[in-house]
Amino acid sequence: APASAETLGLGRPALPEEIAAWDIDVRPDGAGLPEGSGDVLTGEEIYLDLCSTCHGAFGEGAGRWPVLMGGFGTLDGTRPVKTVGSYWPYLSTVWDYVHRAMPFGDAQSLTADEVYALTAYLLYLNDLVPDDFVLDRANLAETPLPNEDGFFLDDREEVELPLFSGEACMTDCKENVGITMRAAVLDVTPEDQEAREARGEAAAAADQGN
Amino acid sequence: MAKGPTRRTFLTSALAGAAAAGGVRAQTPDPAIVELQPWMQALGEGVDARPYGVPSEHEAHVVRRNVDWLTADPVSSVNFTPLHELDGIITPNGLCFERHHAGIAEIDPAEHRLMINGLVDTPLVFTMEDLKRFPRENRIYFLECAANTGMEWRGAQLNGCQYTHGMIHNVMYTGIPLRLILEEAGLKGSAAWILPEGADASAMTRSIPLEKALDDCMVAFKMNGEALRPEQGYPLRLVVPGWEGNMWVKWLRRIEVGDQPWHHREETSKYTDLLSNGEARRFTWEMDAKSVITSPSPQAPITHGPGPTVITGIAWSGRGTVPRVDVSLDGGANWVEGRIDGPSLPKSVHRFYHEFDWDGRPLLLQSRAHDSTGYVQPTKHALREIRGAESIYHNNGIQTWAVNEKGEAENVEVS
Repeated sequence: APASAETLGLGRPALPEEIAAWDIDVRPDGAGLPEGSGDVLTGEEIYLDLCSTCHGAFGEGAGRWPVLMGGFGTLDGTRPVKTVGSYWPYLSTVWDYVHRAMPFGDAQSLTADEVYALTAYLLYLNDLVPDDFVLDRANLAETPLPNEDGFFLDDREEVELPLFSGEACMTDCKENVGITMRAAVLDVTPEDQEAREARGEAAAAADQGN
Repeated sequence: MAKGPTRRTFLTSALAGAAAAGGVRAQTPDPAIVELQPWMQALGEGVDARPYGVPSEHEAHVVRRNVDWLTADPVSSVNFTPLHELDGIITPNGLCFERHHAGIAEIDPAEHRLMINGLVDTPLVFTMEDLKRFPRENRIYFLECAANTGMEWRGAQLNGCQYTHGMIHNVMYTGIPLRLILEEAGLKGSAAWILPEGADASAMTRSIPLEKALDDCMVAFKMNGEALRPEQGYPLRLVVPGWEGNMWVKWLRRIEVGDQPWHHREETSKYTDLLSNGEARRFTWEMDAKSVITSPSPQAPITHGPGPTVITGIAWSGRGTVPRVDVSLDGGANWVEGRIDGPSLPKSVHRFYHEFDWDGRPLLLQSRAHDSTGYVQPTKHALREIRGAESIYHNNGIQTWAVNEKGEAENVEVS
């Protein structure tokens, strides 16, 4: 890392209390986790109270709200179900995200113990721990998720850029060109009535023109 | 191709009451000329009527639009820039697409703080007043959502470039090089990553390598000359040129310096790109070269009939400038070089045109961007061969619009 350049003397030192109030992030190695613990059954109570309306009683997701459990073995299929159990690489992310941003609409309202309990319950919902499991600061980083090794660093520079660089065909690049799929067949585009009518009128005028 | 309007098209279009082509004699006087219009006679509003101006009422259809079935609710959701109605390269502030994860935070700038902590010599707190005393720079960059065109991975789905390509905007930012702020705190030798964090209820975080942070990232407080709009992060946002929009943390309140990435929700569960073998790319930051024809397009059909026709669109690359855009009228069988007009700036939108004489036959319009690294925008087929159709993000495949004899355009895929 670079050495400090000349400074302008702007800003003021942050106080420890201020850093403690805002620095709540957690890493996979457990850095940033506060003291505390929580078990599956306590987590279930909190979950049913604060989370199940959106995420479903068993983490199955209500309506279009996110599914939190299951989906194992679906990642290489045509409709992958990406959940904490099937897709997320690190348990620390669950703890960090629930703590910083959930419940949706009441962020940062959960205590550290409540977040440990909820995280333990999410593990249980995904069949990853027994119902007497207790999660705490010490064992969180040692509790791996199944898909930890399912990710690799962006490799477009090696895999795609060479393939997509160089001369581009300009003439007679294809023998036949046919339409293989149309958006209008699906017709899921929202459109205001005015725009639809204006398009109809333009089409009618063009029809007369032909 | 016909050189101009034929006698037959002239006669029928005159009968239909459509505007006649240049050089053609009118048969009856145009009421727009021979009748006195209200604005020619009555006085208009004074200079006090519009302290902050808004577009003409005749442009009321030029608005951001939402696709309500895309997300569970409109608070953690996205809307779309009306690209089909815009020209040039600058997006008007009020039309810049929005993507929030916990709605729009409404922040009093007097109560806003930026904290720098972690692996620094002195953790610091800045007020907005402090930040405005740093040296500033002005840069024009595109911000494209990683999910732009994401609904099109499995095939043609949404009918209009606003919906297929409208998670992008391009504005001039005024702000501070992030490097200056980090150096003010003093980076420790082990510093290698930063974690910007938003002040909204999603407390958005992303891990960014220090190399990028010290290169061209900015902490911006103005867009297109005025303060950031609340929906764009007022009073402060991060600018991460060329990289996926999710990393441009809005309502920026804190930057932590660390020695390794944090692997937070927005870089594990989201913004990772699942390939067909079930493994996923992580840290796919750059937005590859991409383009789209904005007119004609499904929301902007050709209404003037055959004759001189302007094709226009935008092109951009997260890896540099776009020195060239090719245009095809026949679904990629044959290409001509389009004409880029206006500034060509790195990691900014470019405007291109292709003027031609439309003979009224159906068209399969495509555009193909080349960036300054030599990369050529791929087809959607070429991307799917490598990635499959489930990666959600980073779809920069070539877009096809099918234009029929009436001039109506449709989102299609071609063989």
